[in-house]
Amino acid sequence: MLELDTVTAGYDRRAPVFRGASLTVAPGESVGLLGPSGCGKSTLARVAALLHRPDAGRFVLDGTEVTAWRHRAPRELRTAVGVVFQQPRTAADPRLTLADLLVEPLRATGRRAEAAARLAELAPAVGLTPDLLGRRAHEVSDGQLQRACLGRALALRPRWLICDEMTAMLDASTTAALVAAVETYREETGAGLLAVGHDRVLLRRWCDRTVEWKDCLPAEEGP
Amino acid sequence: MTAENVLRALDAVSAGRAEDAVLSVRDLSVRFRLRGGRTVEAVSDADFDLGAGECLALVGESGCGKSVLASALLGLLPGNAETSGTALLADPDGAAQTDLIAADEKTLARTVRGRRVGLVPQSPAAHLTPVRTVRSQLEETVRALTGTSRRARRKAAEDAAERAAFPAGHLDRYPHELSGGLAQRAATALALIGDARLLLADEPTTGLDRDLVDRTVDELRRHADDGRALLLITHDLAAAARIADRVAVMYAGRIVEIAPAHRFFGPAGPRHPYARGLLDALPDRAFTPIPGMPPELSALPEGCAFAPRCPLATELCSNRPEFTANLACHHPEHPRA
Repeated sequence: MLELDTVTAGYDRRAPVFRGASLTVAPGESVGLLGPSGCGKSTLARVAALLHRPDAGRFVLDGTEVTAWRHRAPRELRTAVGVVFQQPRTAADPRLTLADLLVEPLRATGRRAEAAARLAELAPAVGLTPDLLGRRAHEVSDGQLQRACLGRALALRPRWLICDEMTAMLDASTTAALVAAVETYREETGAGLLAVGHDRVLLRRWCDRTVEWKDCLPAEEGP
Repeated sequence: MTAENVLRALDAVSAGRAEDAVLSVRDLSVRFRLRGGRTVEAVSDADFDLGAGECLALVGESGCGKSVLASALLGLLPGNAETSGTALLADPDGAAQTDLIAADEKTLARTVRGRRVGLVPQSPAAHLTPVRTVRSQLEETVRALTGTSRRARRKAAEDAAERAAFPAGHLDRYPHELSGGLAQRAATALALIGDARLLLADEPTTGLDRDLVDRTVDELRRHADDGRALLLITHDLAAAARIADRVAVMYAGRIVEIAPAHRFFGPAGPRHPYARGLLDALPDRAFTPIPGMPPELSALPEGCAFAPRCPLATELCSNRPEFTANLACHHPEHPRA
């Protein structure tokens, strides 16, 4: 279970981005979080991905409370969550080839020996052909780079996947292909999914249920 | 009617259209020469007309050459680009036409950019100067484009803001103090100052949420309704469906189909298998991706570039299909019943 219980988070304790947000994702479930830009849904995704510590409230992942970590959440919990961000250009190290990018999490966790075997599974799973794997970020399109970023998020076989506007930059066909890759992975592993975005049609089609973010604290400027 | 007469009649029709077109693009190709002798064929033989009051949406996957086409029309290509073909821009007085491809930098800088062709950029945050207010940037543009006197400038800037639905109360803000939607309107206001008859909007809605996308494209549509010609470059099919009169589909640097929007998005649907595939990938349709990935623009196949991914491909497709009657395909699908 991925459980956010009356969580308050932000970048300034006096002016949090949101207060008292609660959200639950059951194992194997897919939940879409919908909201306009600037409403704090990306911050919520970062809390769920253990990248941002909440200021108040409880975050419980698979029965372990992970609210009070200091610099980094414990590794065994972090590696249980895979994250895909909106902008592949800023999420991918430009020095790495796509092959290195895909298995970077294995290197970082001291499992380099498994890298070659996992790469052979990951690349076809996200639709990357062998000729693309030797290239670096600037030599591939946004869609191809986002495929690699999705593969990287799946490298450690996470039990949870957080997709923050994963397809906002992509065309219809690449969007459908990436969603299909996520769903294939979830069928194989039973992983839970939190997909954050503003495309109502997409998230309703993709997820078991959607949650609409209504009372966002930071209001959009202007009309 | 004999075949010759039909052809003559068709020629007359297309010549007639070219005459009232604001922009008339013929056989436009853009190639980049890379070191090591490789060539990237970013745009090949683009052919279309765009009339006053009309919105043409140019759709396709990222990296298919859409933005290069826009840059070519503004003479903003890097030095290693080789262009051919013509892009005739109608003169406001109706006298001579300017070929945007052949024009020199002086002509483009002094008479075309901002004055006759306005650009609504992809990323307004990057397009605006971060250290100056919106008002100051509007006034500067008014001065540069129209030479309006200092006193009248303030009024002209406010008028431009109003035309782009940018609220006057936000004019004294800096770009970082604006939301994405307002920044987009500020950039649109800049594009409108020179009263250009042709507006190029290059992915104007990337990163905006659906409500803002709708609002932004509705505003662009309004500028077309005021008699401007609008070329909307986008990968967002919903945005194109909302405002376009016609849709041009680009694949691997080529326009493969141009269709009226009502047919393209309506029950009949497009005729090119790629265009059908794009629509079928939408989440409110089949949500099925097109198998495979587009080819590299530096290693295009001999024949139809879509053939390797096409469910209808045959041996015939190893010959490149000509773009005739607004379609480049050997096996076009029949309109759906």
